[in-house]
Amino acid sequence: MRVLLDDVSKTYADRSGQAVEALAHVSFTAEAEELVAIVGPSGCGKSTLLNLVAGLLAPGAGAIAFEGDLPPGRPPTAMVFQEFALFPWRTVQANVELGLEEAGRPAADRRVIARRFIELTGLGGFEGKYPHQLSGGMRQRVGIARALAVEPAVLLMDEPFSALDAQTRQLMQEELLGIWERTRQTILYVTHNIHEAVWMADRVVVLSRRPGRVLEIVPVELKRPRTEAMLGEPGFVHAVELIWGRIRSQARDALQEGRE
Amino acid sequence: MTRLPVPDRTRALTRRRHPVARVLGLLALVLAWEVLTRTGWVPPLFLPSPLGVLASGAEMLASGELAVHIATSLRRIVLGFGLGALGGVSVGLAVGVFSLAEAIGNPLIAATFPIPKIALLPLLILWLGIGEASKVAVIMLGVFFPMAINTYTGVRHADPLLIRAAVSFGAGRWSVIRKVMLPSALPMIFAGLKLGAGTSLLLLVAAEMIAANSGIGFLILNAQNLMETTRLMVGIVVLSLLGLASHWLLVRAERAALPWRPEV
Repeated sequence: MRVLLDDVSKTYADRSGQAVEALAHVSFTAEAEELVAIVGPSGCGKSTLLNLVAGLLAPGAGAIAFEGDLPPGRPPTAMVFQEFALFPWRTVQANVELGLEEAGRPAADRRVIARRFIELTGLGGFEGKYPHQLSGGMRQRVGIARALAVEPAVLLMDEPFSALDAQTRQLMQEELLGIWERTRQTILYVTHNIHEAVWMADRVVVLSRRPGRVLEIVPVELKRPRTEAMLGEPGFVHAVELIWGRIRSQARDALQEGRE
Repeated sequence: MTRLPVPDRTRALTRRRHPVARVLGLLALVLAWEVLTRTGWVPPLFLPSPLGVLASGAEMLASGELAVHIATSLRRIVLGFGLGALGGVSVGLAVGVFSLAEAIGNPLIAATFPIPKIALLPLLILWLGIGEASKVAVIMLGVFFPMAINTYTGVRHADPLLIRAAVSFGAGRWSVIRKVMLPSALPMIFAGLKLGAGTSLLLLVAAEMIAANSGIGFLILNAQNLMETTRLMVGIVVLSLLGLASHWLLVRAERAALPWRPEV
């Protein structure tokens, strides 16, 4: 399913009641089965963007729409959170079943479906564990399984691996791409890590610092399946340099702003 | 070149458990108490010996007298505690979840919470009579407030991220309450139950001392009037056992209800 963002702006009130312009006139389209990464300096409204697509925030102006056929019983989106957002009082199995419960699936179906995605995400044998008994990488697998289990048309990922250590992150990126080869939904992938964005995505949307605007949309000319060897390829290096060149001054300004 | 040893700083970080001292301290206290009374330094009227209290307790148990008092007290406390906890959790949930209930309930609770509940006993007796109802009611009130406040706090401290996650998967209001807010509040609810258990014991004894002709509080006051210090001490021991038992039960219930907590 395609995701269309048309001239989307969002302003919200911060704690002191001051208006903060998070996004300004953002337009782009994620094609069906495309993996689109969204990068930008900190505080550029990346997460706001995902929340808008998830329907957790209402856009101030502009429109967001999905285009394509949505089989009945399947939600347009499901979200994977940076901080995992697992329910500590639920086992792995019950956490993965959450979305299916809300979709009104009968218990027997839930168990079977959840088990399938638990296996797919490499969590087999951990069904009865609670989140606090798992490592960070395993927890995010639960987060991913929970989102995949409802078979969303669009998977929204909000810096899913940024809380993980570098080695785990690399492995999880590979695994996610492997899963995606099989499930093939549209993915909007927010990250502040340019290497990650380029290595994973078909296209990278580069946002400016607040208020977030689309600076550039960079297509990634790398074959799939992606391999670690590609991290040295000219196509990879070129894309990374291009994006860093666009963001560099923005990121420095954002850093200065934070110091004030 | 000199070699420097790594300074051992572990002593400042460790805390020893002293398992023997735990038992010995308690034993020593009882022993000293027994010796003190045996030698006659302290007249038994002021401080009966531990063995004497034990013997008297066994006697009262055999005659069935103690059972009557315990049963009466237990009925009052279980009823008052149960009703108070139920009401407190319900009100706390409502006030935590619904903004209108919060607007109305919060000032009401804040205004009535500081009243020492025992001060209301005369009023409750006036309204409900001198029988069981007024005693149960005063315990109920004492448990209600900590339960309501703790439940409210627990609900309000539910992680907004988890609420957002639930909503992102299509959870409605009722689902969020049941699947996020209530489980989030459970640890606070159990903390409230433990607090309430102590309060209810206190109020039970106070109420029974003011207006009752049975129950542990009555037993204690009555024994004092008759200068039967040994029987008085039996009452105190029973109370402390009651307190221990209720705490133990609540800890067990908490472990069963919160298997997901790393350690309770």
